[in-house]
Amino acid sequence: MTQQSTAEKLDQSRLNSTQDLLSLTESIRGRRDEKRPVIIVCHGTGCLANGSPNVAEALRQAIKEAGIAAKVVPQIKTTGCHGFCSRGPLVIMQPAGIFYQRVQPDDAQEIIQATLVEGRPVERLLYEDTKTGERIIHDYEIPFYKHQQRIVLKNIGKIDPTDIYDTIGAGGYLALAKVLSRMSPADVVSAIETSGLRGRGGAGFPTGRKWASAVAASKKRPGPVYVVVNGDEGDPGAFMDRTVMEGDPHAVLEGLIIGAYAVGSNQGFMYVRAEYPLAIKHLNIAIEQARELGLLGKNILGSGFDFDVEIARGAGAFVCGESTALFTSIEGRAGEPRPKYIRSVEEGLWGRPTVLNNVETWANVPLIIERGADWYKNIGVPHSTGTKVFSLVGKIANVGLVEVPMGIPLNRLIEEIGGGTPGAGRFKAVQTGGPSGGCLPYELGDVPVDFDSLTKAGSMMGSGGMIVMDEHDCVVDVARYFLRFLEEESCGKCLPCRLGLKAMLEFLNRFARGEGSLEDLAELENLAKAVQDGSLCALGGSAPNPVLTTIRYFRDEYEAHIKEKRCPAGVCKDLISYIIDPEKCTGCGACARSCPQGCITGEKKKPHNLDPAQCIRCGMCLDSCKFSAVVVR
Amino acid sequence: MSKNSIKEKNIIGFTINGQAVEAEEGWTVLETARYNGFHIPTLCYHEAIEPSGACRLCVVEVREGDWSKVVISCMYPVKEGIEILTDSPRVHNVRRWVLEMLLAECPASKEIQALAAEYGVSSSRFASVDKENQCMLCGLCVRVCNEIVGVNAISFASRGTSKEIATPYKVPSTACVACGSCVTVCPTGAMQARLDQVRGDISQRTGHGHAH
Amino acid sequence: MKEQAETIDEILDRYPGEPRYLISLLQDIQAEHGYISREAMTLVCGHTGVPLSRAWAASTFYKSFSVEPRGEHTIKVCLGTACHLKGGTRLAEGLERELGVKSGCTTKDLRFSLDTVNCLGACALAPVVVLDEEYLPNTNSKKVKQSIKRLDAE
Ligand SMILES: Cc1cc2nc3c(=O)[nH]c(=O)nc-3n(C[C@H](O)[C@H](O)[C@H](O)COP(=O)(O)O)c2cc1C
Ligand code: SF4
Ligand code: FES
Ligand code: FES
Ligand code: FES
Repeated sequence: MTQQSTAEKLDQSRLNSTQDLLSLTESIRGRRDEKRPVIIVCHGTGCLANGSPNVAEALRQAIKEAGIAAKVVPQIKTTGCHGFCSRGPLVIMQPAGIFYQRVQPDDAQEIIQATLVEGRPVERLLYEDTKTGERIIHDYEIPFYKHQQRIVLKNIGKIDPTDIYDTIGAGGYLALAKVLSRMSPADVVSAIETSGLRGRGGAGFPTGRKWASAVAASKKRPGPVYVVVNGDEGDPGAFMDRTVMEGDPHAVLEGLIIGAYAVGSNQGFMYVRAEYPLAIKHLNIAIEQARELGLLGKNILGSGFDFDVEIARGAGAFVCGESTALFTSIEGRAGEPRPKYIRSVEEGLWGRPTVLNNVETWANVPLIIERGADWYKNIGVPHSTGTKVFSLVGKIANVGLVEVPMGIPLNRLIEEIGGGTPGAGRFKAVQTGGPSGGCLPYELGDVPVDFDSLTKAGSMMGSGGMIVMDEHDCVVDVARYFLRFLEEESCGKCLPCRLGLKAMLEFLNRFARGEGSLEDLAELENLAKAVQDGSLCALGGSAPNPVLTTIRYFRDEYEAHIKEKRCPAGVCKDLISYIIDPEKCTGCGACARSCPQGCITGEKKKPHNLDPAQCIRCGMCLDSCKFSAVVVR
Repeated sequence: MSKNSIKEKNIIGFTINGQAVEAEEGWTVLETARYNGFHIPTLCYHEAIEPSGACRLCVVEVREGDWSKVVISCMYPVKEGIEILTDSPRVHNVRRWVLEMLLAECPASKEIQALAAEYGVSSSRFASVDKENQCMLCGLCVRVCNEIVGVNAISFASRGTSKEIATPYKVPSTACVACGSCVTVCPTGAMQARLDQVRGDISQRTGHGHAH
Repeated sequence: MKEQAETIDEILDRYPGEPRYLISLLQDIQAEHGYISREAMTLVCGHTGVPLSRAWAASTFYKSFSVEPRGEHTIKVCLGTACHLKGGTRLAEGLERELGVKSGCTTKDLRFSLDTVNCLGACALAPVVVLDEEYLPNTNSKKVKQSIKRLDAE
């Protein structure tokens, strides 16, 4: 992956006081030429995979060829993910704010010529409103962005995450300056308590209270205290923490430094998932640059406060997101959880008081400090304050990342911002909270998305993955999917989880084959409760949630499998058959060539035949047919 | 705590199945229960070895006011005023499922069959992968080898349903001193059955006694 | 790939000889050699003071480590939720048939290793397959097969 840094060489020497930082902020802002064109090319993982580096290169080339470099050099800035990945690669022309989507290298010349030379937008690259068909010029007018409240994500997509000056110009580290010059550690803890901030990593534990307990624990047992960022984000279908780490790494770092100051820690760790190499790279750059400027290390901003941080890379284990497993992993061992009858704020990393918070939780901290706990408290709803970042994925028009105030009704999130399910009229269900969460039906669409309401509905906030399903998705299959995921990720230490997930899966596999009985369904619920009660850590403890909620809200679908041997969504392999629609089949033979069983036959240019007795329902023919002639019954 | 009471142990009072019991601070629920004659089944617990909380057979329900939770007695610290139930419906539900699943997991273990029978579980609805298996990965052998003997010859390997007890690269361990402690603590016959895979052919050894 | 013996000392030099650097060392070796050989693991243990059995436990616990040589090319099929809903599982099954190995395994000729991963964080492009470093967005079995053929021909 290539991430071309636009960072100018660090010319600033160490900042020795908070005043030095304020002056630097002023001077960066003063030096800015507001009229200089800036072309922002998204370099988030989604757009990178879609080829955005080639787009950036083509734009550079086009600028050179157009010869406008002589007057004002347009700056090409590569940023983190804008959230609208399904429309990538994204290009935004500043200062006009023109939003181009699905840009290809071939479009570069026209973009430069039209936008920069002639001063008009390239119509065909603008976003087209899915409902009205109107072309929209600016990102803030697009429904996907219009209804969001981006505070944690405010800089992402605007700043170059590899350039600390860009961050500082955008107000980075001002909260730290405020803390070091005007607040005592106790003031900071109390501000976080007042803000009502709750952990964004899953359980929603009040952050201020956690910090206060760590302070109390370290008073009882003097010695080192650690602060840790949980960047393991293993929830399949969630990528908000990745986006924050990649797109605004300094926000996480600044939050962590402030937290360290509040709880009296001099050493921090960032535990980042192995599958996120770009996040690791950007965090490393951020740490290095912060150290050079004296924002990290000894005597930060001349305040006498010392703090440094180290990155620990995960090695591919979902369970390492669990606090005790994460600590074990940082300590250099296989990440098995241990019972938590003594909390980790008292005995965490190396048995010392440790504050572990999620990436997004840390990124909220500077906001609260800078703009005040009261400002923060008024966003969202009383017991779930602030905003939450969600990743909308699955059968939804606008797949991507959104930030909304807590308490927003589920269907507003899905319909207005997410644009609803494509094609079909409405969504069937939404899985919130990933594999530990639950599956909520369309009928619960008005449930407010906050910690307590989701828990009451049998689901949970989790890390903020939202997986939207339509009528082609089978809930039995979805429950099996999550169980299989967790079975593979279970550490295997405790019996209810290692054997229980497998046993639950055996029940579900039976249903998916149209076997089993209604008594089995009742027994599965009992087993689910045993796994919930008996498991050592929350991986096993919450694994039954998808099973229990799908049974609770979609019992009829389970019964259709069991009693009628029918999969209403047409997913469960043993209950469906593939056939070829003779009306649509052109006899091109693509399906026959793709079939590993050789069970499709027919003459050229004549409708083909599929032998159901030999078909293994692998779906190869479905993928290969250009005429939608293969249908599932 | 006043200065002269430091040596005296704090006495903690609570109830087990409605009966008042006393424990010293720092005891676990299991220790207190056994001291007072309550029976709680265990598989992965051994007095001489640090508990790990793997088998979950020793679960009990703890109540404190309106709050209640299923916890493992072998590690749960005693606390003033709690109520412990050793055989509530929730506890029973966990135990019967664990035992039924264990029957399928370790079909060759007489010990597990006997224990299951004690709790009324005589057959299993679940599939057995290995008919010869007796090991349920309680980890006592690993812990005794690491903590007590101190030679670290064996460890867990892999995770989840593939988890197993193994020597590095699955060849007999040169660290093994053939002390036999693992066989002694193993609650089933599993360790005896795989001993040769761990220590290799003992007749080939030049000396015995200590690891280097 | 460089000679293992040449690189290992250089990797060991990157970290102090403390047990907590075990995972970092194994990661660097995995990245450099493609797997963790017995010799390499023994050297790491000597450097960090970690017993071999504990290093074995860690190398087999984490999914990104391999204790056997891997294929020249790695095919990763995303089975995250978004990819599953859009046919990722079918893709993986198809590739298992095509290559004649189960996922997590390497073909006999050491050409390809087939892996499944849980969410690459590119859910908007589901289903996603990654061939070595190259992302194949919105893909299907036919396209993946073609890409593999292309790689194989190289
Ligand atoms: C199996 C499992 C996986 C978890 N994965 C994550 C994760 O990837 N990221 C995260 O922040 N928290 C994760 N958690 C929750 C953490 O244990 C912990 O509660 C959280 O990091 C605390 O931070 P917070 O209070 O800021 O949310 C996981 C928990 C469990 C049981
Ligand atoms: S619940 Fe699962 S992941 Fe957690 S300790 Fe038990 S086996 Fe390990
Ligand atoms: S990666 Fe570009 S919008 Fe998400
Ligand atoms: S004896 Fe307590 S968990 Fe096994
Ligand atoms: S589910 Fe495949 S990239 Fe997220």
